[in-house]
Amino acid sequence: MKTLILKTASAYLLPVLLVFSVFILLRGHYLPGGGFVGGLIAAIAFVLHAFANGLKNTKGLLQFHPGFLMPVGLGLAFLSGLAPVLGFDDPFMTGLWLPYDVPVLGSVGSALFFDIGVYFVVIGVTLTIIFTISESA
Amino acid sequence: MLTAILLGFLFALFLVFTGKFFRGKLAVLSALIPAGLFAYFASFISKISAGEIITKTYEWVPAFGVNLSFKLDGLSLLFSLMITGIGFLVFSYTASYLKGHKYLDRFYGYLSVFMAAMLGLVLSNNIISLFVFWELTSISSFFLIGFNNDSAASRKSALTALGITGLGGFFLLSGVLLLGSMTGTYNITEMLSMQEAIAGSEYYILAASLFFVAAFTKSAQFPFHFWLPAAMKAPTPVSTYLHSATMVKAGVYLLMRFTPILGDHPFWNNTLIIVGGITMVYTAIHSLFRTDLKGILAYSTISALGILVFLIGLGTKAAFLAAAVFIMVHALYKATLFLVAGIIDHQAGTRDVTKLAGLRKVMMPVAIAGFLAAISSAGIPPTIGFLGKELTYEASLNFGTGTIIIVIAIVLTKIFLLWAGFAAGIKPFMGKLPEAQKETKMPGLLMWFPPIILAVLSILFGIFPSLIESAIVKPMVFALGADASEDHLALWHGFNTVLLLSAVTIGVGLLLYFLVRPSNKLEQKVAKLEFISPRSIMEKGNYYFVIFSRFWTNVFQNGYLRNYVTSIILFLVILVGYILFGHQRLVIDHSQLAEITAYELVVALILVAGVLYTVFTKSRLAAVAAMGVVGLSICLIFVFYSAPDLAMTQFSIDTLTVILFVLVLYRLPKYLSLSDYKMRLRDGVLSLALGTIICVLALQVLAEPANNEIGDFYAKNAYLLAHGKNVVNVILVDFRGTDTLIEISVLAIAAIGVFGLLKLRLKSTDRTQ
Repeated sequence: MKTLILKTASAYLLPVLLVFSVFILLRGHYLPGGGFVGGLIAAIAFVLHAFANGLKNTKGLLQFHPGFLMPVGLGLAFLSGLAPVLGFDDPFMTGLWLPYDVPVLGSVGSALFFDIGVYFVVIGVTLTIIFTISESA
Repeated sequence: MLTAILLGFLFALFLVFTGKFFRGKLAVLSALIPAGLFAYFASFISKISAGEIITKTYEWVPAFGVNLSFKLDGLSLLFSLMITGIGFLVFSYTASYLKGHKYLDRFYGYLSVFMAAMLGLVLSNNIISLFVFWELTSISSFFLIGFNNDSAASRKSALTALGITGLGGFFLLSGVLLLGSMTGTYNITEMLSMQEAIAGSEYYILAASLFFVAAFTKSAQFPFHFWLPAAMKAPTPVSTYLHSATMVKAGVYLLMRFTPILGDHPFWNNTLIIVGGITMVYTAIHSLFRTDLKGILAYSTISALGILVFLIGLGTKAAFLAAAVFIMVHALYKATLFLVAGIIDHQAGTRDVTKLAGLRKVMMPVAIAGFLAAISSAGIPPTIGFLGKELTYEASLNFGTGTIIIVIAIVLTKIFLLWAGFAAGIKPFMGKLPEAQKETKMPGLLMWFPPIILAVLSILFGIFPSLIESAIVKPMVFALGADASEDHLALWHGFNTVLLLSAVTIGVGLLLYFLVRPSNKLEQKVAKLEFISPRSIMEKGNYYFVIFSRFWTNVFQNGYLRNYVTSIILFLVILVGYILFGHQRLVIDHSQLAEITAYELVVALILVAGVLYTVFTKSRLAAVAAMGVVGLSICLIFVFYSAPDLAMTQFSIDTLTVILFVLVLYRLPKYLSLSDYKMRLRDGVLSLALGTIICVLALQVLAEPANNEIGDFYAKNAYLLAHGKNVVNVILVDFRGTDTLIEISVLAIAAIGVFGLLKLRLKSTDRTQ
């Protein structure tokens, strides 16, 4: 499926889709979206790139195995839950919030970092499964 | 106190990184840990004997009343001192016993995990944490028994021990939860005041039975006793530490700890007397038929545990006093005998008691230790063993009901225990040194010194019982719910029935020792009866269970996805159908349903067309594309009914699913018609049935009065508590964040599974193993 049009388009689509996925991730707190959908969209962006340019090129672009995103995301999510225990002596997963709103993002708290963790895990899981299957099938 | 308990775990973790430094000469340094802990716990003796009880609480899961709460009273103090004291000797002994072993560091790691778990168990004041530590002792003992993991017999014994104690752990958990729901607390101190309410509860028998199974499996009581002799495959330091002095006493500890809560009830006392009685007599006689030193010791250990259970069952003050003393007696002499047996095995190369003789000529200090331990086990004055035996006899004589049977049983047990102690502690050192053992050498200081210390203590405490009387024994009896402040321990009680019984025991025991020698003939005789022993029965049961499991697995999990799906759907249809049509009146509330609009109708038609096309098309690619159409139509329905989050996710998932299918489809062989007409008909009927059931279920749910309490709570508090306006997302990342955390962990595990299955292509020779 290496058509010139798709190949050319994918070079522009990948960054656009990735930015879109981050946008979906961040807006999740107020409007439809969130880490899970964001992660899926990011994964689709990479899969599209792989379809157009071949798996090797996508892997070369990524520089590391997508599986590494799983422990990173899990760690981030877990730490965001652990932060109140370590820092404030509150029970696990208590929400912590900055007292003021950050421009663009709105109110920022531990839940945002949790969602970013989910985002990374979903990208890692989806890409690991798809890359592994397409390599060995 | 938390540090003291966690120290063992921390040390084990530390060994993971620094293990190679501890394999050599530094190994002996690890004995500093139990030594330090022993000193720490010993510093509490004066406070405890003054009647103080030290408690410490750390919050763990406060929402469920699960706390790390610890209590140091007379009972836990005695056990802590035993665990750390004998631990210290075993740690030092191991440095010499397993010198140069390539996994010595690993052994120390397991040993310190075990020690920490055991300390946690005896100090826990919360029954949930008690259960956690209980399980940790089972797991660490599994690793210790199977330490020689290249021997099949060792692995099998480790599994047997884990199976039996794991079963007990399951019963303990049930008992703990039941007791928790009966009393409304998991705190042992709080339960102490509710004894009457517990005894009057309709669940009392069930709760007590659950605790019984837990204690009997751990402490190797009949009919679960057989794992202990099998566990003797472990290196001798393990047998000494786990299977005589500490872990097997955990069951006894559990019974003692719960005596003031569940005790003083006919069911409690009678069961313990009967089970303890059967165990002590049955296994004491059994020791006569063994020729392996450790086999003899294993059976006499079970018998001693039986005595302890029996004494707890008697439940009188005299019995508690006897139990408190006998625990110490047994720990001291049995640990000595095990260490001695280990030295003999290590130096002479055999543990077969029929081949051993005259070893005193080459290892005098060891012979002295063996001799002292043997006379303590026989209860010959002036050892502490004599004291223990006197107290036991006194408690049995004054029990009141069935005295004759009880006394006969206990005297019989003591006679055989005397024989076992002599056979293991004295026999190998007496007589002429056989030719085969002329080369045997004296062991190193680290090996012979620990048993000497223990043996000397047996004598010291016997001559000066005041050393332990108010410091250890009385606080312990107090913890069991009896006040023994008026009693005094002494070797000499005057001429009475007890002394007469003692004399009979020693006389008959010595006679038995000189008449019956351990021999292979005896061992073979009893082997013929092996087929009716609880062990064989359980093994046969396991064998048939494996056959049954294989049959079950082959039928339901035969590797064909279609069969899995069929059985899942069939089960679901039958279960849900039975509930829906069997029990409930079907109500479909038409008035609640919204008007059907034109665009909904169009999407529904596309959906149906997509499904039909998927089913009937001959091309796989077309089927996948049609599935995609179905998925997207469902997305549209989500959008119509204002669930944009769901629609977005479903949309992405559908895209990815189609991609995955296409990736795999490329590699499949050409389309073949594998199923016949009948199979397709069956599958069609099944699918229709499932669809109908789900449809009826959905309509039925609508007819129920809606309960929106939870939804309202989320909607109201999403912004106030969690600063978010998208309720769905707030639920995912905040209100139910822990669920999400677990879900993403599962996702990651699934990905690792796929990766592992496809990437790790084992060679066919590896795969069969």
